[in-house]
Amino acid sequence: MALESANLSSPERNDALTRHAPPSVFRRYPQFTISPAILVTLLVGWWLASDVLHAPIYVVPPPEQVFQALLRGFSRAPWDRASYWYHSGVTIWEALAGFAIGSALGTVLGFVLSHWPLLGKSWYPYIVGFQSLPKVAIAPLMVVWFGFGLQGKVFITAVITFFPLLVNTMAGYQAVEPERIELARSCNASEWHLLSKIIFPSCLPFLFAGLSVAAVLSIIGAVVGEFVGASAGLGMLLMQYNQALEIAPLFAVVLLLGVIGFLMNFAVGRLERRYCFWAQRSNAAART
Amino acid sequence: MNPVLAAAASLHASADCRPPLILARGLTKVYATAGGGEVMALKDLDFEIYDGEFVSVVGQSGCGKSTLLKVLAGLLPYTAGSVALNGRPLRGPSSEAAVVFQSPVLLPWRTVLENVLLPIEFRKLALSRYREKAYDLLEMAGLRDFEQRYPYELSGGMQQRASIVRALLQDPRLLLMDEPFGALDAMTREQMNLELLRIWSQSRKTVFFITHSIAEAIFLSDRVIAMTARPGSIAGVIAIDLLRPRDLSIINTDRFGRYAAHLRALLDAQGGVS
Repeated sequence: MALESANLSSPERNDALTRHAPPSVFRRYPQFTISPAILVTLLVGWWLASDVLHAPIYVVPPPEQVFQALLRGFSRAPWDRASYWYHSGVTIWEALAGFAIGSALGTVLGFVLSHWPLLGKSWYPYIVGFQSLPKVAIAPLMVVWFGFGLQGKVFITAVITFFPLLVNTMAGYQAVEPERIELARSCNASEWHLLSKIIFPSCLPFLFAGLSVAAVLSIIGAVVGEFVGASAGLGMLLMQYNQALEIAPLFAVVLLLGVIGFLMNFAVGRLERRYCFWAQRSNAAART
Repeated sequence: MNPVLAAAASLHASADCRPPLILARGLTKVYATAGGGEVMALKDLDFEIYDGEFVSVVGQSGCGKSTLLKVLAGLLPYTAGSVALNGRPLRGPSSEAAVVFQSPVLLPWRTVLENVLLPIEFRKLALSRYREKAYDLLEMAGLRDFEQRYPYELSGGMQQRASIVRALLQDPRLLLMDEPFGALDAMTREQMNLELLRIWSQSRKTVFFITHSIAEAIFLSDRVIAMTARPGSIAGVIAIDLLRPRDLSIINTDRFGRYAAHLRALLDAQGGVS
């Protein structure tokens, strides 16, 4: 009896519901079928707009010029300061370093402010106030503080990625099921065990939600940091191309930033599936 | 004399002279409400529970029975009166008591085996010494083949059995169970009741069982405490003199029906309908 009910969440049941028509390949793998189709449609639309409808070149540069720019940029050696490898590397490094520092500090402070409610309540108005500031507004100040080097970009990225983790950690802490805490207390668990074995793992789904937001924000932080003054990086390239009105390579860099952001998000998603697999499956089991 | 009316405390006092495992006198719990007022959740409870006994508390929702369980678990401080566990005043959670909650409270990131061993980790005991025992208890609960599975792969009944194994593994003298089968369907619930009796007869723990089902309380218990609400107080204690081992057929006997009628009368007299 128990065996049968355990199978409720297994795929057999879903199959039974849709036995008449087995799920199509589109339904099962939309990311490998429909998503590429959308990409092709967008590329065709782009090509039509520029090469057939002759939209102005400074609005929509022809796709082949953009791809030529990408090829040129990537055909150089990675240590060549004119190659896209080099500038991508600089931007990714700034984004990752800021992301690591900002999200680590946000997580730790989130736990501290949640664990000591007096601290949390007294700091909360300032946190909300600082969070509602547009963080990019302090970007020009970075040049004053740190000059044109990496530190300023890492700093602003850290500031931007700090808040999603802080807010999500605090929300996750609030959402821990009280029964889990009672279970630990009924076993005379130490505060450290309560935090490490119950509260921290319970917060993981919230932390990963924050991390995937922060991953995208980290690219924005690095690029904005480079806008206000830098000697290398994709953001600096964007400014250069913009001033020279080189629209095709500018589009190439924008595309490149999109791909980097996508990969960062993808990496966070893989980590989430590795360390937080239970949250998605528990939810899926609850929905069937 | 009607056996139903036999006063349980005196019955036990004559049977053996050992001190009770739990002795509560004038136990009172007052909650402060958000508005600054006070709510009396438990008022002047006097009861005792002896070693090896299966005692149920039955009452409607909100009568304070879960509060009582949390007080006995050391999770809630009480306001007045006294409670002694095994002769010592109760101050905070004790290693002699283990709790089975309303929901299984299994951690979804741990396998069944890891979940069952969690209290051992919390109590900083040697895991190696408890692993064999965990296997035995999982075997007894019919979960041996599921020890490496995650909770979401188990049915509700299996999850609750795993949580009972988790409590038993700590080898407590007292098992505090807070409506553990309330969320299960009626059929599964009957099966779980039978299993619980089987496990109880093998382990001989003292069980303090909270339920809102009169039938469940009678079927499982040596004694049933009827509680009424606002403020939570004891309306009466009934000794259940039904032969063990029990099976589901006793539910249809006249004796069972009389116990149920008596309990319902006790609960109704105070305006409480379960």
